[in-house]
Amino acid sequence: METTTTISPTFDVNIIRKSFPVLEREVNNQLLVYLDNAATSQKPQVVIDALDYYYSNYNANIHRGIHTLAEEATAAYEATRNTVRDFINATFSEEIIFTRGTTEGINLVAYTWGRKYIHSGDEIIISTMEHHSNIVPWQILCEEKNAVLKVIPINDDGELLMDEYKKLLSPKTKLVSIVHVSNALGTINPVKEIIDLAHANGAHVLVDGAQSSVHLDIDVQKMDCDFFAFSGHKVYGPTGAGVLYGKKKNLEEMPVFMGGGEMIKEVTFAKTTYANLPYKYEAGTPNIADTIALKVALDFVTETGKQLIRNHENNLLKYATEQLKSIRGLRIIGNAKNKASLISFVIKNIHPQDVGVLLDNQGIAVRTGHHCTQPLMERFQIPGTTRASFAMYNTKEEVDRLISGIQKCIKMLS
Amino acid sequence: MNENKTIKESEEEITDEFSLFDSWEEKYEYIIDLGKRLEPLDEKFKVAENIIKGCQSTVWLTSDFKEGKVFYKADSDAIIVKGLISMLIKVLSGHKPDEILNAKLDFIKDIGMMTHLAQTRSNGLLSMVKQIKNYALAYKSADAA
Repeated sequence: METTTTISPTFDVNIIRKSFPVLEREVNNQLLVYLDNAATSQKPQVVIDALDYYYSNYNANIHRGIHTLAEEATAAYEATRNTVRDFINATFSEEIIFTRGTTEGINLVAYTWGRKYIHSGDEIIISTMEHHSNIVPWQILCEEKNAVLKVIPINDDGELLMDEYKKLLSPKTKLVSIVHVSNALGTINPVKEIIDLAHANGAHVLVDGAQSSVHLDIDVQKMDCDFFAFSGHKVYGPTGAGVLYGKKKNLEEMPVFMGGGEMIKEVTFAKTTYANLPYKYEAGTPNIADTIALKVALDFVTETGKQLIRNHENNLLKYATEQLKSIRGLRIIGNAKNKASLISFVIKNIHPQDVGVLLDNQGIAVRTGHHCTQPLMERFQIPGTTRASFAMYNTKEEVDRLISGIQKCIKMLS
Repeated sequence: MNENKTIKESEEEITDEFSLFDSWEEKYEYIIDLGKRLEPLDEKFKVAENIIKGCQSTVWLTSDFKEGKVFYKADSDAIIVKGLISMLIKVLSGHKPDEILNAKLDFIKDIGMMTHLAQTRSNGLLSMVKQIKNYALAYKSADAA
């Protein structure tokens, strides 16, 4: 009989926590419980070290210099592009455009692709659960082009009404721009189905991956989206380093975004020709240090194991949901069948801001407010919610502290 | 409101009260209680032009100018904010515009509520203090004209 030794990958949250120095911090005399990961995740030591090492050893402007430092910095910067390509399974590295974050990625598409292809009377479809970043750029475009913005409604659980979406699709639909995972509800949207329906209708699709890229396996080829935008800082990377993926054909046909250095082939006062992909969209000196460190963050996630992280986060989600439901007067906003590890809730007769202030005094960081989704709050007729969002380093004990923290809030406020 | 007390005296009174508290719970329970006891603002004042709107909660602020003194009334949908407003009103209402404009409001720091002055809490004390002083400035200018 053949014997094989299988090393089953393990996930030990206590070991993972040791990689994140900020988790040792005390806030208001108590060990920090950080549950605002949907806003931004904390950074592992390797990411902090990568930033430090770059500035201490090979800080240089990239792509132009021929000296050693410039070559090292360029190589590291371009290495991140390859890592991102693998992380989202893009076909080509030149389909990866570095941006400041999701917002810039969406705006880039609105200002370039949108300006070229959206005309008077055309329709753009978004949904009720969009972040303002996936509403406002399209409103600006629609106003400029006299185009129409259509909105997919949702049910009380916070799920898209797919039949209504199908009804909204028409020959006038040029673009569907949809959030993959809702930052305020946690809903995971059926993007593959949305994309297939849009494509069958001749429309392009942009997926806002700000929340999904950290939790889900992203495969832009399988998804077949035309654009995918995400932010590095929500995937344990530095702030200001984000990504816009676009299908090569789209990116080649789109007009340039910002003009300046780096994005040109040749400049004369008569005419300027533009650089090839991806540099065409990366005018000026980019965010070199943070982009280099983004590779380290993505490697950290991949090495830890996205599936293992997801299992851990889903366990926390399940446990926290059960515990929160046992609190009288507490109502969870967003009960989709398919949910990522974040929970929004409201408590009867208590304003979310009061909850946030009192939790902070207990060393617990959550997000309160409208989460930049005012139309969604309007849909649920609430001023805002309190949101707890979980990352790979959160624990069951931290959920317990959240629960007892909330109970204390209720006691103090009623 | 505090016709016999100066702004400084009202501030000291609050600081003294807070010095009796040992824990953050006691401080916040006191503030929450102040919020609950703040005279409710007449619905007719809860209109758009009186709103100091920010990211988190809604604050309504109105003012009156009588015999050279400014009187404030306010409300909020969040109770801690309401308690903080209550303290500001206690300290500043019923004083002359110049006194209000010159008030340093050191008590906020002394009672450990500086975090509420942070820019991030856009509906925190900072925007309220600004709006309170804006009213005082407006009355001062109108009075001088």
